[in-house]
Amino acid sequence: MNIVVCVKQVPDTSDPDTEVHIDSTGRGVDESKFSFVINDADNYAVEEAIRLKEKHGGEVTVVNIGPEGANQVIRMALAKGGNSAIRLFDEKFAFSDIVATARILHSAIKDLSYDIVMTGCMASDDGFAAVGVTLAQMLGIPHAAMVKHVEVIDEKKLKVGRELEGGLMEMLEIEIPCLLTIQTGINEPRYASFKGIREASKKEIKLMDLSAAGLGDDMVGEAGSVAVMKQYSVPEVGELAEMLEGDAGETSTKLAQILKEKGLV
Amino acid sequence: MAEVFVLAEHRQGELREVSLELLTLASDLGDKVTAVLLGSGTDEFANRCANFADRVLYVDDVMFSNFNASAYQAALSELIKKEKPKTVLIGNTVQGVDLIGSLGVELDVPFTTDAIAIQMEGDKPAVTRQYYGGKINGAVEFKDSEMYLIGVREAAAPAGEGGKSGEIVKVENPVTVEITARRFLEYVEAQVGEVDITQSATLVSVGRGIREDKNIPMMEELAGLLGADLSASRAVVDAGWLPQDRQVGISGKTVKPKLYLAVGISGAFQHVTGMKGSELVVAINKDPDAPIFQYADYGIVDDLFKVVPALIEKLKETKG
Repeated sequence: MNIVVCVKQVPDTSDPDTEVHIDSTGRGVDESKFSFVINDADNYAVEEAIRLKEKHGGEVTVVNIGPEGANQVIRMALAKGGNSAIRLFDEKFAFSDIVATARILHSAIKDLSYDIVMTGCMASDDGFAAVGVTLAQMLGIPHAAMVKHVEVIDEKKLKVGRELEGGLMEMLEIEIPCLLTIQTGINEPRYASFKGIREASKKEIKLMDLSAAGLGDDMVGEAGSVAVMKQYSVPEVGELAEMLEGDAGETSTKLAQILKEKGLV
Repeated sequence: MAEVFVLAEHRQGELREVSLELLTLASDLGDKVTAVLLGSGTDEFANRCANFADRVLYVDDVMFSNFNASAYQAALSELIKKEKPKTVLIGNTVQGVDLIGSLGVELDVPFTTDAIAIQMEGDKPAVTRQYYGGKINGAVEFKDSEMYLIGVREAAAPAGEGGKSGEIVKVENPVTVEITARRFLEYVEAQVGEVDITQSATLVSVGRGIREDKNIPMMEELAGLLGADLSASRAVVDAGWLPQDRQVGISGKTVKPKLYLAVGISGAFQHVTGMKGSELVVAINKDPDAPIFQYADYGIVDDLFKVVPALIEKLKETKG
């Protein structure tokens, strides 16, 4: 069971305390205060890939689009059990949309030997929830999105569960090779062992730029995109909450009072 | 004439509300609204869609008893290539995200997902979507094309009253081959836990802001003082700090308590969708720009590890 797993490095903005500010270009955000992590859903995809490999044999290839800093995320996936890795990067990749991003991944994955391609179901920064499914069509393989259960039936088939609204699971059978976009919570991602980290630090990460990927200028970035994000803005805020002011002692007193007046205590 | 296609969505014998929301929205984007219904024995859904559409293209075939992305894509791509609408809207639901990207590539048309608003600029739709968990909006511009495909967020705009009486056109299933790549098996219902949070009068709901599962007991103490049950955002459930039946949001429960006290929850739409019907919402969060404050009646911008212990003390005093 050879598995390709796509991982993205994202700013850790899922933390409720992290503020996001638009930069002076209007098309980026101020990253100076961000810490960068593996995208949450991708972390579960890595774990699922490694579990399948441990159970059924085969190799796990980690694929990433990102700058040198993304090596940290790639090495962690290798330390957990990934066998090899490819990092795609070129200045020209900037502003790639869903299609251009999938095309870049496709350029590296199409020549690999795989039974399953996995991605996270959604990235926390752009929130497309579409790159995996788009990539599947480019690879010409069936897919299932938002997967929270994977079971190998035999060499030709998987049984997978998609998590629907309300927590309902849709169980289906899908032919191998296929692409699965993995939902968070499908497993409990492991921590890398010290030995794994040491070994991963020696592994080579294959680099591919635009020409190595066999792509042209007009196939990536803004030129290669069909839906381009032109301008960020601060969301129009609806009617905001009445803010209780003061230190914790004061705000908690006010809140307790309000709850009491409303008969909620 | 600019025609807008809307894919009707149904599951387990129910037409999902997003279908009517999108049909309502479609009226602003073109002068002919066509609902596309792929179903089996779903005449009632065709009738309801006709209330909101100028035309319903209805494929009635057992192939579409349950959703199957491969079968849907095969049928939709044929219908769309033949009818050539200007815009195609699909709900950005768990069904929609299983379909939009691959259909967009097959049709070779510009597409994007999770639109929260669409404006017409001439005869071209322009999309607003959210980034960074709803903290930033982005204006998305399509490359010029004969056709556009847009995934639209559920509940982004309410369904109208309808009042149309579109013609229902039964169309033969354009898919003539058996779909073998993917096969629907069954639905498995979510497990029922000991507490049914949809019935709770008061909820203390915790998010990633609580940082570690060792902080759950403090939240339980707060909940106890309020006679509340503890619920959570997806992140807390994924981390295993609370069981899945406590999850509020799209893939969890929809709750409508008298009091919803959100602690350390930023308020991404996936969560807000499940709690915005609450009577009184109070939010405690460190980030003043957290979207949760737009849905709250009262807010406290502060470190929850200062506010919650203080609130626990106050409530103890109040209760004497």
